[in-house]
Amino acid sequence: MCGLCGIFGLEAHWTDDPGATPVSRQADRAHRARVANTVLGLFGLKLTPWADRFTLAGRTGKSAVVGHLGAVWPTAEKLAGRPCDPLDPAVIERVEHLAARR
Amino acid sequence: MSGGWGEPVTVNLLTGFLGSGKTSLLKRLLSLPSLTDTAVLINEFGEVGLDHLLVEEVDEEVVLLKSGCVCCTIRGDLRDAIGGLMGKMRRGEVPAFSRLVIETTGLADPAPIVATLQAEPSLRHHVRLGNVVTVVDAVDGLHNLDGFPEALRQAAVADRIVVSKTDLAATDAIDALERRLHELNPTALFHRSDMESAAPELLLLQDVHDLEGRSAEVRRWLAAETSHAVAEHGHHHVDRSRHGEIRAFCLTADEPVDWAAFGLWLTMLLNRHGSEILRVKGLLDIAGVERPVVVQGVQHTVHRPEHLERWPDEARTRLVVIARNLEPALVERSFRAFLGLTARVAAPA
Repeated sequence: MCGLCGIFGLEAHWTDDPGATPVSRQADRAHRARVANTVLGLFGLKLTPWADRFTLAGRTGKSAVVGHLGAVWPTAEKLAGRPCDPLDPAVIERVEHLAARR
Repeated sequence: MSGGWGEPVTVNLLTGFLGSGKTSLLKRLLSLPSLTDTAVLINEFGEVGLDHLLVEEVDEEVVLLKSGCVCCTIRGDLRDAIGGLMGKMRRGEVPAFSRLVIETTGLADPAPIVATLQAEPSLRHHVRLGNVVTVVDAVDGLHNLDGFPEALRQAAVADRIVVSKTDLAATDAIDALERRLHELNPTALFHRSDMESAAPELLLLQDVHDLEGRSAEVRRWLAAETSHAVAEHGHHHVDRSRHGEIRAFCLTADEPVDWAAFGLWLTMLLNRHGSEILRVKGLLDIAGVERPVVVQGVQHTVHRPEHLERWPDEARTRLVVIARNLEPALVERSFRAFLGLTARVAAPA
């Protein structure tokens, strides 16, 4: 477990929507997956809501279950086989490009 | 009185370099009526037993950690020590306490302790982190900041900084030290240990979890933006001074922020650079959320967000970052790029 996650099991994580109601939680999880996939796609990965968790899958079929956004990145790096660094200028440039295409 | 398995026990970290006067401050704090239900954990290190003797008057509530350094054994010893103490309280073997002060070693990095409190499953629902209080010696403080990365890190993560031994230093030297500390950590509240008017219990009692004090606490964080305004390019303020490679800077956003995009960015950043990010503190204007959201973290650990009832000033996202070896311009560019993503995806239903 990484220090950021602070989670064993399925307890709330800080990234859970602070304005979410029980009714909106499922939609919120779907929204988080959509936002995450814009970046995860750069690493050949896709996040899919699954019950009250997510599955994270690579193009080769490797996959893992993650509980929340905090757990995505250590798993993503294992599946992608490379660092997922938001300060990598190449990553920033591609994210900027994605944002500009909206 | 709280404690037991009901209300979480507030845990304060008391840190500071070797010989800075942590234990003297602790003795003074524990003598205050408002802090009588406080338990203490001290760490035996170096001059074995010296600290223990000084705080021995706290009787049964003192527990000595067996190993030398909190940081190296944090998961086991600290968990067991806190759990053991809380177990004794539940069984009525020690008086009920609502607050626990952990006095670290002079060479401690507070971050692993914070991580344990947040991440350890047997603790995380029963404790909450209060203020990190760092004691800096007015006589040797500047020298220690220059010479020891541990001293820098302790000051950088602090919520409260107590400048000690002010009776032994010249006023100019104290002022210079405080200026340096403020540049290093513009969000901390400063006290001088000789100031009777400083209401020292406020070092521990008033924090961001406290509804009454939360707004004032956040105002101080936000003041860091203007007090350190070095408008290099619009939204990006970088402290002129460098402390080793530790720098404080402020990220801002004028438009409401998508929570998912912010969470994605910060989790990704902390996963890769968490050990370099000493503190993150800020107030966020979240799209679709009426009240401002308070976010704060120490290295890899982010606290559960809290709400403010209302904006202390304008509704605008501001995030103060205290980081080591990270280029502020690059962090800002990354922050903006990720926040720009959300227009590409449909809003939640």
